[in-house]
Amino acid sequence: MTNRRRFLDHSARVAALLAAAGVWPIDARAQAGAYNTAAFAAHGSAAAYKALAIAAPVESSSVQIQAQDLAENGAAVPVAVSTTLPGVKRLMLLVENNPAALSAIADVSDAVEPFFDLRIKMGESSSVYAVAITADGRAFFAKRDIKVTLGGCG
Amino acid sequence: MSDAMRIRTQAAGGKIIVRVLMSHEMESGQRKDDAGAVVPAWHIREVVAALNGTPVFTMQWGPAISKNPLLQFHLKSAKAGDRITITWVDTKGDKRSDEAVITA
Repeated sequence: MTNRRRFLDHSARVAALLAAAGVWPIDARAQAGAYNTAAFAAHGSAAAYKALAIAAPVESSSVQIQAQDLAENGAAVPVAVSTTLPGVKRLMLLVENNPAALSAIADVSDAVEPFFDLRIKMGESSSVYAVAITADGRAFFAKRDIKVTLGGCG
Repeated sequence: MSDAMRIRTQAAGGKIIVRVLMSHEMESGQRKDDAGAVVPAWHIREVVAALNGTPVFTMQWGPAISKNPLLQFHLKSAKAGDRITITWVDTKGDKRSDEAVITA
C-alpha cells in the first residue's frame, strides 16, 4: 500500500512538472491506454483534481453549466458544459456526491467549440462542477446544485 | 457487437451541431443483481470524433454516463460532404466506429 501510494504521489508530481513545462501530451491522451483510471475512481472532486495533477480550479463566470435544478430521474440527467474563455483545451464534468466524482473529460481542438452535452447518472442530489482548463494549464470552474428525486445508481 | 450509432448533423448559426446516440449498457459497477452480487463495471471509456479522418474532439468517460449515451458537440465549420467519424472503446476493449456525411 505504501508503495502504491508513493507511486501515485510520484506520478502526480511528474505529471505536474510536465504540465508546468507545457509538454503535457493532451493529444496523445486520446489514444487507448492513456485513460486515467485513478482519476475516474477518485472519491470527491478534490481527489479527482489531485489524480489529474491539476490545481484546484478558480470559480469563473466564463464557464457555464446548463442543467435543470431538479432532476426527476437520476439515471439520465442532461448536463451541458461550455465556456467563453479563449484557449481552452479541456473541459471536465464532476459530480461531487457520486461514488466517483469525475464523470467526463473532453479534449477540444480548434475545429470544435468548447462545449459538450451529455446525460449523466447521479446517485443523489449533488453539486455538479464544470471545469475548463486552458492551454497554459489554468483551471476554472462553474458550479450548479442539482436535486435528484430518484437516484440513478441502484 | 453492439448496434450502430445514430449520428445526426444539423447546421445552425454557422456551426454544425452533431448528435450521437450510442447503444451501450453503461454498467456503473454500483448496481447489484437479484442475488446481491455486484454487476461489474462495463462502460464506454473513450470517444473520438474525427472530421475527414482527423481527430477533432475526444472524450474520456467514467462510469456515470447514462445508458445508451446521447452526446452532442458543435463543429465550428464544416461543409456538405465532410465525413464525421465517431469511434468508441469500452472497458472490455470492444470498439465500434460509425460514419456520417454532413449534409447541411
